[in-house]
Amino acid sequence: MNPLVLWFHKFGSPPYFYRFAGKLLPWLYAVALISGAIGLYGGLAMAPADYQQGESFRMIYVHVPCAWMGLFAYLFMAANGFIALVWRIKLSETLAMASAPVGAAFTFITLVTGSLWGKPMWGTWWTWDARLTSELVLLFLYLGVIGLYHAIEDTRQAARAAAFLALVGVVNLPIVHYSVTWWNTLHQAQTVSLLGQSKISADMLWPLLTLAAATHVYFFASVLARSRTALLTLESGKDWVRALAVPEAESARV
Amino acid sequence: MSEFFAMGGYAGYVWSAYTVFFVVLALDAAAPWWQRRRVLRELRGRMRRQAARKSA
Repeated sequence: MNPLVLWFHKFGSPPYFYRFAGKLLPWLYAVALISGAIGLYGGLAMAPADYQQGESFRMIYVHVPCAWMGLFAYLFMAANGFIALVWRIKLSETLAMASAPVGAAFTFITLVTGSLWGKPMWGTWWTWDARLTSELVLLFLYLGVIGLYHAIEDTRQAARAAAFLALVGVVNLPIVHYSVTWWNTLHQAQTVSLLGQSKISADMLWPLLTLAAATHVYFFASVLARSRTALLTLESGKDWVRALAVPEAESARV
Repeated sequence: MSEFFAMGGYAGYVWSAYTVFFVVLALDAAAPWWQRRRVLRELRGRMRRQAARKSA
């Protein structure tokens, strides 16, 4: 067999994934922490104040990376949900369900920091603006997926039902992304563009991109950590998990 | 330094936003480790009960 295909099959096996993710995790946490610290220093101390918003614009460095992660996490969850539904790969179910709480956390941060930013700049904590409303719907979709997953007793059946809900919710992603273009409401249009020219000065942009990288790495760290725990529950009858549960073996293997 | 913490008069908003960011992500990071400990503890309990039943 092709070595890549072979690795893919091995990666899908829970004990192999558990060990592999366990080795990868400290590195991911370290990279996320270091790049996060650099980005925060750049954003809080080095970037100049905005000509219109003054120092308050510095909320961009937590608000925007988290908003991007809310969408990215959903895409990751839906892609894994799709794989789980079509090919019934156990690991994909686990990854999809592990990314839901992380995505919900990022979306929650986006909404709260957006509210904190809206009060001094717009004069209101909340308004039923198209972007704000679709972002709130995104949070509810995450909560729906998490709720459905926990409501069904059989874990694998629950994961498939929740994956289906996640797939239906994908329709909200373009609405979140294009809401600032389609509807002319309060939230500003996008400043940073992946393909075109960004409308932001370079000394403000690099900390933002560094923090975006840091949150991406953190997302994968959190999803791997959650997946490892979920696999322990899912496979609790298997020998490899029983070997892990024995106290002496635990310290030797982690 | 105090000028830095004042954030041009927006200190309350800016630092609250950063606090929310750190607190939520710290809880998110800790959750799988707490859960992992609980899962392994429960499994150990189950294995002990099974062993006790077998020897009885």
